[in-house]
Amino acid sequence: MANTDPKKTWEAKFGRSELRDADFTSISGRPLHPLYASDDLSGLDGEAVLGFPGEYPYTRGVHPSMYRGKLWTMRQFSGMGTPEQTNSRYKFLLEKGQTGLSVAFDNPTLYGRDSDHALSVGEVGKTGVAVDTLADMERLFDGIPLGRVSTSMTINAPAAWIFAMFLANAEKQGVAFADLRGTLQNDILKEYIAQKEWIFPPLPHLRLITDLMAFCADHVPQWNTISISGYHIREAGSTAAQELAFTLADGFEYVERAVAAGMDVDDFAPRLSFFFNAHMDFFEEIAKMRAARRIWARRMKDKYKARNPRSWLCRFHVQTAGCSLTAQQPELNVVRTALEALSGVLGGCQSLHTNSMDEALALPSEKAVEIALRTQQIIAYESGVPCVIDPLGGSYYVEKLTSELEEEAERYFRKIDELGGVVPAIEQGFFQREITRAAYEYQMALSRKRKVIVGVNDFRNAEETLEIPILEIDESVERDQVRALREIKDRRDDGAVRRSLAALTKAAATPENLMPRLLDCARVYATLGETSDALTVAFGEYMEKPIF
Amino acid sequence: MADPKIKVIIAKPGLDGHDRGAKVVARALVEAGMEVVYLGLRQTPEAIVHAAVEEDADVIGLSILSGAHMTHFRKVKELMDKEGLADRLLTGGGIIPTKDQAKLAEAGVGKLFGPGDDLQAIIDYIQDWHRSHPR
Repeated sequence: MANTDPKKTWEAKFGRSELRDADFTSISGRPLHPLYASDDLSGLDGEAVLGFPGEYPYTRGVHPSMYRGKLWTMRQFSGMGTPEQTNSRYKFLLEKGQTGLSVAFDNPTLYGRDSDHALSVGEVGKTGVAVDTLADMERLFDGIPLGRVSTSMTINAPAAWIFAMFLANAEKQGVAFADLRGTLQNDILKEYIAQKEWIFPPLPHLRLITDLMAFCADHVPQWNTISISGYHIREAGSTAAQELAFTLADGFEYVERAVAAGMDVDDFAPRLSFFFNAHMDFFEEIAKMRAARRIWARRMKDKYKARNPRSWLCRFHVQTAGCSLTAQQPELNVVRTALEALSGVLGGCQSLHTNSMDEALALPSEKAVEIALRTQQIIAYESGVPCVIDPLGGSYYVEKLTSELEEEAERYFRKIDELGGVVPAIEQGFFQREITRAAYEYQMALSRKRKVIVGVNDFRNAEETLEIPILEIDESVERDQVRALREIKDRRDDGAVRRSLAALTKAAATPENLMPRLLDCARVYATLGETSDALTVAFGEYMEKPIF
Repeated sequence: MADPKIKVIIAKPGLDGHDRGAKVVARALVEAGMEVVYLGLRQTPEAIVHAAVEEDADVIGLSILSGAHMTHFRKVKELMDKEGLADRLLTGGGIIPTKDQAKLAEAGVGKLFGPGDDLQAIIDYIQDWHRSHPR
C-alpha cells in the first residue's frame, strides 16, 4: 500500500541512501537534521514569535524598513602606529565611501598604560593606535568633523577616561556633546570572560560603566554607551550558543547594575547596543542573530519592565570572524569573509566590519582593506539581498535553529543564575572553562579532520609561497610616541594635573559620578596611565587564576 | 622505554589577552604526556625565565599575538642564556611573519607556529627536539 505521508516516504528513501563520510554538525558541534520541514515549525506561532520587522519581538529586524530605509553602516575597525598614521588611514577610508569610523587602540592603551610603561615595550602602535593624552586624541581626529561622523571606539578597561579625552577634544573642536554620535565598547564583563584586558576587580569597573551611562543619559544622549560583545567570546573559541547566551547575560547584568544604581531602565537601555561575530557556519550565525533580538526584547519587556520600545531593541554591529582567517592561501579569506558578511546582513546587522585577507599574518594593508570594504559594497549594491527584509524568515531550517539557539541560551541563563550571577560565575571561572573546552574540542575535530579548513588541514598547496604584501609597523613608532608623550609632560601644567588626579582618587572612594572628574583630568593632559594609577589607588588590581 | 616526562612552561608575555591558542596547546601537550606549567597572562620575560629555572623546564613556549614577538622572544632567549638555560628549547606561536621567524631562528629561537598549524606538529616537534637533546 502506498505511504500517504510524503515526509515518511522521503525519510524511507533517505534512509536507504548512501551518505558521504562527514559529521553533518554545525561548526559549534550542533547535530543537524538532513531536512527541515513544516512540522519543525509546529508550536511556532508566527505573530507572537516572529512578528513583523520593527515590531515586538523583532525576530525579523529592528526597523520596519530595514535595508530599504538605510543600508547597514560600513564600518572598518582600524588603527595602527602613531595617531597621525591612523588619521590618514581614516581619511583614506572616508574617501573610499566608508560611513563611520572605528578606532583600534594598541595593547598598552587597552590596558590603560602609557607608551613609556615597562610592560608597553615592543607593543606601542602594533595592533592599534597609541593614545596617551588628549594631545593624541587631537592628532587622531585632526581634520575629521566629530559632529558629522559617527565614531566607534573599541576600548574597555579605561573606556571612561579615553571617552573623557574624546569629549575634551570635541570641546576643543567646538562640537556640542549633544551632537556627538558613536559607540564605546565599554564591555568589561566579556574582558573577564574572554579578551582579558582589565585593570580593576569587576565591581569598580562596573561602577565606572554605570557612571558613564548616567553621564551620557544627561549630556551625550546620542552616544551608545556599551557595545555588549560576543565577538571576543567567539574568537576565544566558544560555540554560537555560548556567544549568544554569555553576551546577553552580560547585557542583563549591565541593566541590573544600572537599575540598582538608581536609573530608570528606559533612560539608558535605548543606548545599549551589541556586537556579534559572523563565523563560517552560515545559517547558525543568522539564527543566532535573530534569536538575540527575540530574547533581548522579551526580557527587557517582561523582566525589566521597559516601556519604551527602543529599550527592547537588540541593535548590533557584526564583524566577520578573525579566527576563521587562515595564514595559508590567504586570498581564500576574501571568500570566507564574503560568506560571513552575507550572514551578518541576513541576520539584520546595523553595522558591519569585514576582515581583510591578510589579517592572519599582520595588520591589513591598504589594498586588503579596500577589498574587504568592497566586499560589503558588492553585497549591498550587486547581490540584491538588501531589497527584501529578513529573506530567510519562515525557512523551516532557520526558524527551527533560531528557536533551538534561544532554548540553549535560556539553559545557560539558568545555569548562570544557579552560580549566583555573572560576576560570581566569572570569579568561579565558569565561562572561561566552557569556552576553553569548546575551543579544544573544535581544535581536536580539526586535528582528526572531522572539520575541514580548506588549505589548512585539507586541500593544501604543497609549495606555498606568500605573495601578498604585508604592512609593517616600524620600530620608530614607539620612539616617536614616547618622545611625544615626554613633550606633552614638559609643556603641561603639572600642578593642575596633580590636583585633578588627587581629586579623582578622592572621589573614587565616594559614590559620586566620576565622569566630570575624568574630564577634568583629560582637559589638563593627565596621561592615560596616570589616570589608571589614580583610580587603582582607590580600586585595587585584579589577577585571574590561570586555568586551561 | 617511554620518554621521560617533558616539562614545558607556557606563558603569554606582555600585554596580550589572546589566550585561546596558549590554552589549547597547553592542554594538547598534557594529553600527549608532557608536564605543563601555564603561567597565564601579562608575564614579564624575567618572571618566565625565573619560573623555568625553578621548574627546571625543558621547554619554554611563548604565545604572542600582539606584534611584540621580536622584543619578547629575544629578551627571553637572552635571559635563558644568562640563567644557564641555553640548552633548553624556546619555541612558541602567534601571528609571526615568516621573515621575523627567520630572524628569531638566527637568534637561537626554535620553530614558531601559527594559525592553522596542527597540534600534532607541535607535539612532534617538541618530542623530537627532546629526543635529540638529551641532558
